[in-house]
Amino acid sequence: MTDTPILTIENLSISYEAGKYAVKSVSASIREYAITAIMGPSGCGKSTLLRAINRMHELYPDINVTGDIKLNGESIFSLPAIELRRKIGMVFQRPNPFPNMTVYENVVAGYSLNGIRLKKSQRDDIVEKALRSVTLWDEVKESLYRKGTFLSGGQQQRLCIARAISFNPKILLLDEPTSALDPIATSKIEDLLGELRKEYTLLLVTHNMSQAARISDDSMFMYMGELIEKGHTETLFTNPRDSRTEAYLTGKFG
Amino acid sequence: MENILEDNIRRRALRNRRFKWLVIAGSIVTVTPIFLIVINLIVKGARQINLSFFTETSPDTFQAMTATANGEIIPGGIANGLTGSLIMVLIASALAIPTGLMTGIYLYENKKKRYASFIRSLAEVLQGVPSIILGIIAYIWIVKGLTKGYSALAGSIALSIMMLPIIVRSTEETMSMIPVQIREAAFALGVPYYKMIFRVLIPCSFSGLATGVLLSLSRILGETAPLMLTALGSPVMSLNVAKPSSAVPLLIWDFYNDPNMVNMVWSASLFLMIFVLSLNLLSRSISKKRKYI
Repeated sequence: MTDTPILTIENLSISYEAGKYAVKSVSASIREYAITAIMGPSGCGKSTLLRAINRMHELYPDINVTGDIKLNGESIFSLPAIELRRKIGMVFQRPNPFPNMTVYENVVAGYSLNGIRLKKSQRDDIVEKALRSVTLWDEVKESLYRKGTFLSGGQQQRLCIARAISFNPKILLLDEPTSALDPIATSKIEDLLGELRKEYTLLLVTHNMSQAARISDDSMFMYMGELIEKGHTETLFTNPRDSRTEAYLTGKFG
Repeated sequence: MENILEDNIRRRALRNRRFKWLVIAGSIVTVTPIFLIVINLIVKGARQINLSFFTETSPDTFQAMTATANGEIIPGGIANGLTGSLIMVLIASALAIPTGLMTGIYLYENKKKRYASFIRSLAEVLQGVPSIILGIIAYIWIVKGLTKGYSALAGSIALSIMMLPIIVRSTEETMSMIPVQIREAAFALGVPYYKMIFRVLIPCSFSGLATGVLLSLSRILGETAPLMLTALGSPVMSLNVAKPSSAVPLLIWDFYNDPNMVNMVWSASLFLMIFVLSLNLLSRSISKKRKYI
């Protein structure tokens, strides 16, 4: 963990329709090789904020994003999409392996779908390395050529993480990655995130406070589109500055 | 009080039983004609179906008359109809499948645009246009305008216009059943738009797209009216698309108009029905195999 920020969010506002803001001028910096949890009640804009970081909103023309996000000092909006997404990977709420592809193909999908040609040996290496780092290799090495959708939910989610890190990104965005999983699969993913933190910077959206407390280094609390409070997880949980943070953490709302 | 309740329950049970029998009777009324048709076709048509039924062209009246008079089976077959149908369906598919797929994808990707909803309603209108009118259109465009005479090409055009709305609709429906997460997964990997469509969306929805195509095929295979105005019919096998051509349903009509060939009507109908039925069953089995949609 370092204290250098890898990502700085500057005055970011996001609106789904004119005048209605889901995220209101949020500024924050994210430390490298740390897990930063974004918490808040439903509809507080936490997912919207996360999805702005790899420009997911470009898929929906109605969404308007203003402000800036800088990756190592460089605005993400000036990068070509493919380059940005090689640096910032994303894992979604529900496991979404490509149903038409095998486990193997899913891991290298980022390369094959972008027309990056690799030798068979290179691909084998990437697949094995990625699957090993998500602790899935031993479970699927016999069934690499079966469809990814045959795996269990937790395995599929780890496969999706493998797909995201096969590009060797700097940052991994995780949008409530365990909310569709059972407790055992969840704890496996949480352990995994702790491991991944050594090599990647993780940004985790969660509505599960205890999850944020368990695994994150820093926490951000959002409410009604605003960033209310941000700091070390321990400080924020034990000694919140804002009364709304305290109310949320003690279960008064959310 | 007790009495009223018991009465009520008894009456409801009775009504329930009555309704059940009504439903059963209705279903029997529905399936009876289907069984009658199948039995009739098999009894009267199966005798004629042998190898030469598929390899020989349709008989002339005289051959058919002598055969019927001697109590033999009518010689000849439906080979000219088969080749004609095959060629016209192939051309129609070559025109309608890519166009329909692209239009369907466009409609799905631009759901809310005004132009898209205009196209969508046009496709709906097209689906409701009586097939004979499409025949007339193809007659004016192709028969009078292009081939200067009845032609297989004109028939193909008419059939392709019939296929188009079915494919457009099924494509749009299938596409909208793909979870948005799959698109987002591709997008989050930086996949360009066209690659997302060709390498992710189309393969993911392949079974649905195939079902739509097969249904549109089984729809046009039995079409007769538009072909009467365009392909006209022909007693010989012809591979020339600028010349008149026969088709299986056209042959059925021809056979029907010749009193000596009534038996051929049953055979050709039996074949056509079995063929279309298998296409439908195939498309059903494909769509059952869908796992993720």
